[in-house]
Amino acid sequence: MKQTSIKARYLVNLAAALLLFALAVVIGMTGGSTMKLKITPSLWQCSYLIIMAASLNLVLGFLGQLSLGHCGFMAVGAYAASLFSLALQRAGFYTEKSGPAFMLVLLLSFLIAGASAALLGLLVGIPALRLKGDYLAIITLGFGMIIVNLINNLPFCGQQGLSQGSASSALYATGLGFSNDEKMQYLWVAALVVILCMTVMFMFVRSKYGRCIRAIRDNEIAAAASGINVSYYKVMTFTISAFFAGITGTLYACCNASLSTTSFAFTNGSILNSVFIVVMVVVGGMGSLTGSVIAAVVLFLLNYTIKNGAWVAALPAFLQNVFTYPMLVYSIALIVVIMFRPRGIMGSREFALCDIPKWPAWISSYFASRGLEKSAKKEAANHG
Amino acid sequence: MAEKITPVLETKKLGISFGGLHAVQDFNIQIYSGELVGLIGPNGAGKTTVFNLLTGVYVPTEGTVLLDGVPLNGKKTHQFVEAGIARTFQNIRLFNDMTVLENVKAACTKDIHYNLLDATFRTSKFWRAEKASTDRCMELLAICHLEDKADLLASSLPYGQQRKLEIARALATNMKVLLLDEPAAGMNPTETAELLSCINTIRDRFGVAILLIEHDMSLVMNVCERIQVIDYGQTIASGLPEEIAKNPKVIAAYLGE
Ligand SMILES: Nc1ncnc2c1ncn2[C@@H]1O[C@H](COP(=O)(O)OP(=O)(O)OP(=O)(O)O)[C@@H](O)[C@H]1O
Ligand SMILES: [Mg+2]
Repeated sequence: MKQTSIKARYLVNLAAALLLFALAVVIGMTGGSTMKLKITPSLWQCSYLIIMAASLNLVLGFLGQLSLGHCGFMAVGAYAASLFSLALQRAGFYTEKSGPAFMLVLLLSFLIAGASAALLGLLVGIPALRLKGDYLAIITLGFGMIIVNLINNLPFCGQQGLSQGSASSALYATGLGFSNDEKMQYLWVAALVVILCMTVMFMFVRSKYGRCIRAIRDNEIAAAASGINVSYYKVMTFTISAFFAGITGTLYACCNASLSTTSFAFTNGSILNSVFIVVMVVVGGMGSLTGSVIAAVVLFLLNYTIKNGAWVAALPAFLQNVFTYPMLVYSIALIVVIMFRPRGIMGSREFALCDIPKWPAWISSYFASRGLEKSAKKEAANHG
Repeated sequence: MAEKITPVLETKKLGISFGGLHAVQDFNIQIYSGELVGLIGPNGAGKTTVFNLLTGVYVPTEGTVLLDGVPLNGKKTHQFVEAGIARTFQNIRLFNDMTVLENVKAACTKDIHYNLLDATFRTSKFWRAEKASTDRCMELLAICHLEDKADLLASSLPYGQQRKLEIARALATNMKVLLLDEPAAGMNPTETAELLSCINTIRDRFGVAILLIEHDMSLVMNVCERIQVIDYGQTIASGLPEEIAKNPKVIAAYLGE
């Protein structure tokens, strides 16, 4: 009976994934102008934010190590994919962004981006993961900054290489950069990448590997005393997390006509930076991949409405002033979440489609237990 | 006995100092398969430190640990476990945010043979390995009377059951030697009696050697075949329980001179 229910769960999730993919294909073929100009660019942005948050969650939530340089891996992936595709484009391997040759380039770009980021993750992870807590945070923070400077100073990323006579030396054209039309046409690529990455991460987390790294998070000494090779699994998880961050680099390179290293900095004015990804993981719930997905989307929407929402103009002046400092709004949002859900929106639970029928029961039992708590408190107060 | 049997666990001149403090000095012990040996001594005598030396948590400043006659110098903790030494902790160290079953399964990791691809594509190898591991872990939980708690969070268990879960987790590593650090600490008499039956089952079923640290003297005197006493890091006596009980040095160490 349990076996069939597991099968049912897999089937439901598979169906949902197919539906999502089909939706992306349909949008790509039939979308109108609002779809093209407003919605699909946002969906692309969401796609890499989701994978960034979920992949950082592997290290932060499941392995329990604070890494502050996650965007550094994304930068490596983005530049690797751009250089690779640009080289092929200049060699005349493809001219138009369509057809089988381009599809092959796109596929290889994803793999190369992931592999180069993973390699770097391995190199950084082996020494860095010997350190614990704050030290790892400092090292990864340093890594994120170094990688940005390194890329800025690489000769083949400079004027003669990626820029093709671009105005600023900080801006480099990519071989991928989709126009709005192409973003819509290739929306299925983003959908597919998100589905595949999330699936692989789920499979990783729900296996002996996930058990191992959660054990390491909960108690490193006990994990070692249970025969778990702590440093091996730490480096492995860090590398896998870097791999997915690298993949998001390709998605980013697809979204943007040019690359600038400031987009991958530790902090910047946008929603994409290493700190913000950490915030997404914390808000979503450490140890919940679906939580990361939800938090990435929610924070993206918050950012989007602050920047583009017409309703902001309708607010009283003092509130509008608050909204001119988006970071202030995020901090408030973060504080609110931490107050009401100290372990993040999802805690360490996962959202499952198959559980939706059980929701009414869960919700009523939640309120029942809160009611009990409250009446118990009241009684205590009365007696006191 | 004609031929010479090698002890499963043997230490030679094992010692460690922290700065100027000789926490353990010249510690020698031999334990044979199926034996239950007690390690006792007053507070701060160095018992837990001995366990840390026997599991590679501390690197000894002198001496060696041998398992089946093979020295384990320079190995890491997880390699000590692979070789066959498992332990529990005096201050409970469970994987608190994992279920009882997951706690035990985590300790089976080295015996679950599938790779990342099997996990990603959920091959039949994956399902078979997971199922086999679950079945074995449920059996181990049953030995420790925890089978009906399998899906609870480890941190939600009462104290006595957490100690038993530590034992179940240690069993999952397929050890030859089991080191128990004050397993009865904080247990009431009924729980202690249950623990005792659990320890006996383990010995009968797995034929492992057990080294037991315990402050509860009646427990130690009842179950241990041999006892070794340490004080200030030095072995002051070793022998049969009745000998130990009468040994003036031991009495002096416990009552204070
Ligand atoms: N990592 C360490 N650094 C410094 N000193 C230590 C360390 N570990 C243990 N010690 C010291 O070694 C001595 C022995 O400690 P240990 O924990 O082994 O005692 P114990 O016999 O287990 O005592 P108890 O019965 O209280 O559990 C103590 O004086 C302790 O302070
Ligand atoms: Mg101790």
